[in-house]
Amino acid sequence: MRLGLILGEVGSGLRRNLSMVVSVVLVTFISLTFVGASILLQMQIGQMKGYWYDRAQVAVYMCTEIDTTGNCTLAEATEDQIASVQQQLDSPTLAPYINEVEFETHEQAYENFKEQFADTTFEGIITPESLNESFRVNLVDPEQADVLIESLSGLAGVESVEDQRAYLEPIFAILNAASYTAIGVAGLMLVAAVLLIATTIRLSAFSRRRELGIMRLVGASNRFIQTPFILEGVFASLIGSVLAGGAIVAIVQFFVRGYLASTLPLNTSLLGMEEALLVVPILIVSGAALAAVSAGVAISRYLKV
Amino acid sequence: MIRFDSVSKSYPGTTRPALNSVDLEILKGEFVFLVGASGSGKSSFLRLILKEENPTKGSIHVLGQHLNTLSSRKVPYFRRNLGVVFQDFRLLPNKTVFDNVAFTLQVIGKSRGFIQEAVPDALKMVGLAGKSNRFPHELSGGEQQRVAIARAVVNKPAIMLADEPTGNLDPATAAGIMTLLERINLGGTTVLMATHDAGIVDQMKRRVIELIGGQIVRDELQGGYQTQTVPTQGRIPHPGASKPASAAPTATQSPARPMTSPSSQGEGLDA
Repeated sequence: MRLGLILGEVGSGLRRNLSMVVSVVLVTFISLTFVGASILLQMQIGQMKGYWYDRAQVAVYMCTEIDTTGNCTLAEATEDQIASVQQQLDSPTLAPYINEVEFETHEQAYENFKEQFADTTFEGIITPESLNESFRVNLVDPEQADVLIESLSGLAGVESVEDQRAYLEPIFAILNAASYTAIGVAGLMLVAAVLLIATTIRLSAFSRRRELGIMRLVGASNRFIQTPFILEGVFASLIGSVLAGGAIVAIVQFFVRGYLASTLPLNTSLLGMEEALLVVPILIVSGAALAAVSAGVAISRYLKV
Repeated sequence: MIRFDSVSKSYPGTTRPALNSVDLEILKGEFVFLVGASGSGKSSFLRLILKEENPTKGSIHVLGQHLNTLSSRKVPYFRRNLGVVFQDFRLLPNKTVFDNVAFTLQVIGKSRGFIQEAVPDALKMVGLAGKSNRFPHELSGGEQQRVAIARAVVNKPAIMLADEPTGNLDPATAAGIMTLLERINLGGTTVLMATHDAGIVDQMKRRVIELIGGQIVRDELQGGYQTQTVPTQGRIPHPGASKPASAAPTATQSPARPMTSPSSQGEGLDA
């Protein structure tokens, strides 16, 4: 009886305010799509960082006969100098940070180089001796590359210490900026959505103010009075959030998995359906919660006794 | 039933209180007229009983509840014991007579079976048994007020508050409404009626409480709208009240509320 009555009130409220309800649906749809997109971007960044940072090393380049930068003076690094770097790496101060160390000789560097630039002609210009010998260090925590750079770059025979992560930073910076932009737009749109829901509920309450007055007079409980209005707001915004969830799934399916995966050479670290399906419930729950709160606040002044 | 202990009510922004240390007791089964000029505090008095307002000073007990401390969550349940009738009827224009009365019971969660029993009873009691499917705009003013009364009594309230219920009606129709209120009173319901209608008050010879400027100046059993006699009952708080004849307003005072018909309010938003 009561449930039927409440749902009847919700239905008539939605019909009466159809244009406002449609605008609430659209605004929540757009704003939650932006929220979902920014969550996806952050997830993407995290996933790419995890993937690339595991592979990023700190390289300690030793001097060759032709180097003048760093601590080099046109002299090949001596056995002693190489040994002292190795000793530093093994020392108790640095050892805890280090996962694994490999030494790359001139010959190995040359082989790698040949492999990487197989389709260009460089014989004669590049000799094994002109390529640096280097230590390739895998860190326990890639964030702590600075410790190595500080303690090793001063040693004799070391040309430079490079954190390869630095090459990835610009990519992450761009992705981060995109994600913050999406969050900013989403925030503004959410404010608009909340205000619009509140206005819609106020209009709906205003058009039923006579019923509300009588309800209050004859002693309808506050919960009974406010439930239809809150349900009205939640219903409208739920439609919007479900649409936003659909948009997020479509973006991942057709743009990320379809377009990006086929154009980018390295598709190992792209988002998949799993992440998308994780975002959808977040959107739906937060859309419904926002609507419930703003509708509840909007209707509360009609409940003052 | 209703007790006011030195109750004052001031609205913000004005120094003159709407009610000034009012002491009053209304017993179960009484029929009380509340008279006084516009702005004398009648409506504030009724609103305080309904707990639509809180008193600035003093304490109010209604039906054994101390209204000052009644939590706002319990106010709706308290109001289920009160029936209220207004000058402008306040019916819902898009609902039939039956649905208008049933609405009251629906929103407080009564069962369908109870509503099917109680609403025809109430309509029969007010003399509208054959008109339950009409809409308010198809009824005369007197009939609309009878619907409003049916709505007020359908839940068998202990107290009925009537704010100028005859203010919009011609004398003959008003007399019919008064007969109805008297019958409700005979059924054991306490009736408290604010009015400007001197004829009705004089004819009924019931308890009359007169307010001037927020103070009770007269509280008479079997009184008239105006009186020349010395007050016979009640605690008179102020010396000014001892000369009521000179202080009483004339009977030609215009009603406090402007005439408004319910069907012409806010029509555009109902579409």
